Amino acid sequence: MGIIKTDKLVFEYIRRDEEGNVEGITRAVDEVDLDVKQGDFVAVLGHNGSGKSTLAKHINAILYPTEGAVWVDGMNTRDEKDLWNIRQEAGMVFQNPDNQIIGQVVEEDVGFGPENMGVPTEEIWARVEESLKAVGMYEYRKFSPNKLSGGQKQRVSIAGVIAMHPKCIILDEPTAMLDPNGRKEVVRAVRALNDVEGITVVLITHYMEEIIHADKVFVMDQGRIAMEGTPREIFSQVEKLKELRLDVPQVTLLAHELQRSGIRLPDGILTVEELIKALLAVQNQ
Amino acid sequence: MSIILDHVDYVYGGDTTLAVHALKDVNLVIPDGQFIGLIGHTGSGKSTLVQHLNGLIKPTGGSIYFNGEDIHAEGYDKKKLRSKVGLVFQYPEHQLFEIDVFKDVCFGPKNLGLSQKEAELRAYAALKQVGLQDEYFYQSPFDLSGGQKRRVAIAGVLAMKPDVLVLDEPTAGLDPRGRDEILDQVAKLKEETGITVILVSHSMEDVAKYVERIIVMNQGSVMYDDAPKEVFKHVKELEAVGLAAPQVTYIMQALRKNGMQVATDATTIGEAAREILRALRE
Repeated sequence: MGIIKTDKLVFEYIRRDEEGNVEGITRAVDEVDLDVKQGDFVAVLGHNGSGKSTLAKHINAILYPTEGAVWVDGMNTRDEKDLWNIRQEAGMVFQNPDNQIIGQVVEEDVGFGPENMGVPTEEIWARVEESLKAVGMYEYRKFSPNKLSGGQKQRVSIAGVIAMHPKCIILDEPTAMLDPNGRKEVVRAVRALNDVEGITVVLITHYMEEIIHADKVFVMDQGRIAMEGTPREIFSQVEKLKELRLDVPQVTLLAHELQRSGIRLPDGILTVEELIKALLAVQNQ
Repeated sequence: MSIILDHVDYVYGGDTTLAVHALKDVNLVIPDGQFIGLIGHTGSGKSTLVQHLNGLIKPTGGSIYFNGEDIHAEGYDKKKLRSKVGLVFQYPEHQLFEIDVFKDVCFGPKNLGLSQKEAELRAYAALKQVGLQDEYFYQSPFDLSGGQKRRVAIAGVLAMKPDVLVLDEPTAGLDPRGRDEILDQVAKLKEETGITVILVSHSMEDVAKYVERIIVMNQGSVMYDDAPKEVFKHVKELEAVGLAAPQVTYIMQALRKNGMQVATDATTIGEAAREILRALRE
């Protein structure tokens, strides 16, 4: 069993009118089977309302399945005695950095998680230091968070999660509110966590460029997994992704446009290097 | 008919030790009917600048003229100004509050003192302008999708019949199709009505695709103010202030470096594709 596993996960919520009468039932997640291996970088795509965030909230037991089950590192999220272990092992980062930072000073904010877990003081400091170094924010440890840019705040939020020594980290659109530089900083930090520290990453995003290095991509639609595969397999299907209200990276889109104009290029080009190689090959023919 | 910013300065907390110079000597002319992109890193002064345009913030130095009148002159009708310069904030769906979509859009025009009938006519026209279908008019705004909610919020501003529409990151958090739909609709609206549109955005690709003029803010000053092609020639300078060129511009530069004879100033996928095809055929 992988680090995160779901078995026919269903989540329904009941819609009520103002008097509290039941209006109907919405199935936000519909029989999803996921199996994420320890150390993988997994991306989840899907249009607004496709069920991505609802699915993510099951992984650290913010929501519980209506039907089916979720296991994190072999622990069933339904099992109340494991609740704190699950939340420690699967850390979550949300969209808006301002909603996630509580400390007056950066290092204090990062130390909040381990302190809450009852980690001895000396080890808290050690963890704060290593976490801030991992996201490249160590020089800012004495800063007040409100003096930081969006990308820096988001990296502090990530440090706060890694200070709890999680095995996996779930990021729900962490770059949606950031400028180009902030986006780059956050994506770089997340990739380093995965490559260097071996932390399993689940990244939810609307920016296709952020996930071309993922090990696996899941595309959600109407609560179900509509597509599943490597980035190359997924991004080869430009038309299908557009039907699902999504997009492909700009390099892939450019290659697709050129293909449509009759240039013979391989499907699913993901990086500038690949496009250059393919175009030079065409030119030399 | 235009907005003119003349040596506009804005200082936060000027009489304290924490004073921040948020805008420094900003001079801009915004004529009718332009589609303008306003870019800059977080904290560069974009939002402060747009809040000056309808008098929400009063400059600490300099003046702002709307159609030739100083908006901070004594007796100037600010209420009218705010109906003429419509501001759509970030995450505008958080400002929806009425029990149904139609009532929500009527709120603005009714507040201007228009009759119920006139307000309803304007609300209907505005909801059509943002492309919302009739079937949603009497639903609670809270039951709509993210993209639909955002259209309702934009309609609420359009119902005031503004001459200038300022959109502060209107697509943040939307899926790619939702993003394209909103921006296509805004471009169409601009074509049909000749309204001035100012789009604040963090997406260089969106700005390159839609606008005819880009204003780049950095540390409270205007760094560049030019056509997209010209602005995106300054890749190094833009990167130094936390911005970037559209990704296709980088692709073209990389192709050229690797020996393909392509021009490197393409800023949209279509331009890039045409240029590569041209180079290949030669």
